[in-house]
Order: sequence, then C-alpha cells, then structure tokens
Amino acid sequence: MTPDDLSLICRIVRARAGYVIDQAKAAMIENRLGPLVRREGFNSLSDLVTAIKTKRDERLVWALADAMLPKDTAFFRDRTPFSQFRDVILPDLEQRLGTQPLRIWSAGCATGEEAYSLALALDEARAGRGGRAIEIVGSDLSDRCIERAAAGIFSQMEVQKGLPIRYLVRHFDRQDEAWHLSASIRQKVQWSRVNLISEISTVGQFDVIFCRYVLGGFDDLMRKQVLSQLAGALNDNGYLIVGRDEAVLDQAVGLSPVWGSSDVYRRDPALRIVA
Amino acid sequence: MKTCLVVDDSVAIRKVARMILENLGFHVTEASDGHEAIAWCRASMPDAILLDWNMPLMSGIDFLRQLRAEPQGGAPKVLFCTVENDLFHINEALKAGADEYIMKPFDGDVISAKFAEVGLI
Ligand SMILES: C[S@@+](CC[C@H](N)C(=O)[O-])C[C@H]1O[C@@H](n2cnc3c(N)ncnc32)[C@H](O)[C@@H]1O
Repeated sequence: MTPDDLSLICRIVRARAGYVIDQAKAAMIENRLGPLVRREGFNSLSDLVTAIKTKRDERLVWALADAMLPKDTAFFRDRTPFSQFRDVILPDLEQRLGTQPLRIWSAGCATGEEAYSLALALDEARAGRGGRAIEIVGSDLSDRCIERAAAGIFSQMEVQKGLPIRYLVRHFDRQDEAWHLSASIRQKVQWSRVNLISEISTVGQFDVIFCRYVLGGFDDLMRKQVLSQLAGALNDNGYLIVGRDEAVLDQAVGLSPVWGSSDVYRRDPALRIVA
Repeated sequence: MKTCLVVDDSVAIRKVARMILENLGFHVTEASDGHEAIAWCRASMPDAILLDWNMPLMSGIDFLRQLRAEPQGGAPKVLFCTVENDLFHINEALKAGADEYIMKPFDGDVISAKFAEVGLI
C-alpha cells in the first residue's frame, strides 16, 4: 500500500460515512478490506484501489466505505440501556402518548441485534396490548448489514453474547448450525438504508432513538451535525440513547441528560425526569 | 469473593473455564462428575455452578435435579455448559432448574455475558 492509496481510502470513508480513519493504521485498514478484496475477485488491495481510481465504480466505492466501518454489536449490549428502556422509558411514554403510536429507531443498527433486542423487550413488556401501534425502524449505512439484519439468522456465538436463554427458547429455532428468529419478532422491525450524515428527515419522527457506538467514529463537527439531526427527529420528550462513554453534553443541540446519566438524553430540558 | 464450581469430565475444559472465571474474579473449585460435585456442594454451596451435561457416573442433568432437592440447593446459579445445542436439551435443563445455558464452544465473552445475565457480575 502506498501512502497515496491509504490516503484515498481514508478520504473515501470520510466523504461517504463521515468516519475518521487514521491513515497510519495500515495493517488495520488492510485487515478490514481483505474480505472485500477477495469477494470482488482482486489479487490485492492495491488492485482494488486502482480499479476504484480508474473506473470510479460507485458500487465499489460504497462497498469500500462499508467494509471500513466497525460493525461490532450484541443483543442487549451493556444490558442497562435496555432495562432502562423497558422499566422507565416505556412506561413514561405509554402514559404520555395516550393512544398515539410509539415509534422507535435503532440508528446504525449493524446486523440487527439492537433493534431486535428492543422488539424482544417490548414483547416481554407486552407493550401494545391495548391496541397501540408500535413501530421499530432499524437502519444502517451498510446494505450488507441491513440484508443480514432482515434475515434474522444468527450464529451460535452471536446468540450467546447478551441474549438471555429464555428469549432463545421462546423466539428462535435452530436450523443448520444457525439460530433463526421467529417471524413474529422479525415482523416488528422495518429495515432501511440511512446514511446519518445525509438528510435523514425521510425516516420521520421518533419517541426513542438508540444511536449507540456510532457517533464515536465522527469528528467533532460531524458528530454535532448528526446529533442535531437526531435531535430534530425526536418528538418532544423523546429519548436519545447513545453508547457508554459517548457523552454528547457539549455537542447536544436541544438535548439534555436524564438521571444524571451520560448516555440517556431527553428532547425537552423543561420536562426532565429526576430519578 | 464469589465462588464457582466447575463440573466437567474434561481436564482441558476445566482449565480454560477456571482461567476465564478467575479473571472474572471468582474463586474456582473443580469436580469431574456429578457425584463429586454433590459432595462439594454439601461441604459448601458455591454461588455458581458451571455444569457439563455428558459425564460418567452421574450426568449434569441428574446432578442438577439432585442439587435442587438438597437443603440450600436452590441457591446456586446453575449454568449448563455443554455440546448439546438443541432446544430439547435446553428446555430439559431449564425445567430441571438451570438458570442459564452455554453451548460449546464458548469463549470469555460468552462466559462473562452469561454470568452477567444471572446477576453474578
Ligand atoms: C459499532 S456498530 C454499533 C451497532 C449497534 N448500534 C450497537 O450498539 O451494538 C456501528 C454501526 O454504525 C454504522 N454507521 C457508521 N457510519 C454510519 C453512517 N454515516 N450512517 C449510518 N450508519 C453508520 C456502521 O455501519 C455500523 O453498523
């Protein structure tokens, strides 16, 4: 890899996804792109970069940006945000929304574990039994992730990192070494490809947005821009949940932390809840 | 310090499990079958038991049923850890009183996720 090639890769990722990648981390870059090189039938990463430079193939450029983004995720990741969602946020919203529909967004959902965890938590809380409509949207920049998420098929390792066994028994079926999520839970989530650094207003307004372990990859300016878009997509009194240690205090536009927490924010500071 | 009894007839599995659990802050004891495990539990009930299914002399499921009938036998969190990875076995285990279920192969992340699930870390 020449420094020029590395710099081109980093510029593409930044332009397409807003993510800042350190050009000095050549080994990490080559590692992440290895599977793409093989999938696309190139002999080396240099060949792939050359193809991008000469052909300007948009599909390949997006595939490269996609392959560079970290996709780590897990069911009920960090546990607490999901118990807070079920025990505090949901009852609060159910009370305030009356008969209005409840809309929830997993923004940057990777392979779907986050959105499905929310669907499972809602199912357990028997939310919506009074006839209230509940909509869950999972979105990501990565087409490949969205496809996998929609299929709802997970490996044995994936279902063991955060998913309580009672959920596995109740909602999954084992077929050919993999675990298939039941149609009744899969149907609760709608999937779409959304780039958070572009215009996001088409996804609509939400009462809860989970945007966890996504913001950390942006530079300060971009993070602020994405946050104000997310704040704009929240209904009044809606909640934004970010990852642990992803405090958005200085950058939050129209958001304030609830319960002195560093990862749960509320749209309207005047109606802050004190735990 | 929380205690965990690792019950498995494979020395290699016990060794790996011990390493992971000690890193998570547990005091670990080992047994190689259900009989030995019952003896350990009668001497001192552990906080958690990591339990294999297929073992000579007494299987994991027989051990679990006997444990749950002992005085204080309801106390330990029992996590199965076995190659049996179908819903039939998992349901059997839960019915017999298991708290969680790990399908081999496992790694440190799986163990810590499952121990967090039963509230021990
Ligand atoms: C580390 S994963 C986190 C997944 C999940 N939210 C969780 O907490 O487990 C981050 C995800 O954000 C997505 N992502 C990164 N930049 C994005 C952008 N500009 N627009 C939409 N999604 C993006 C990545 O594709 C990846 O799937």
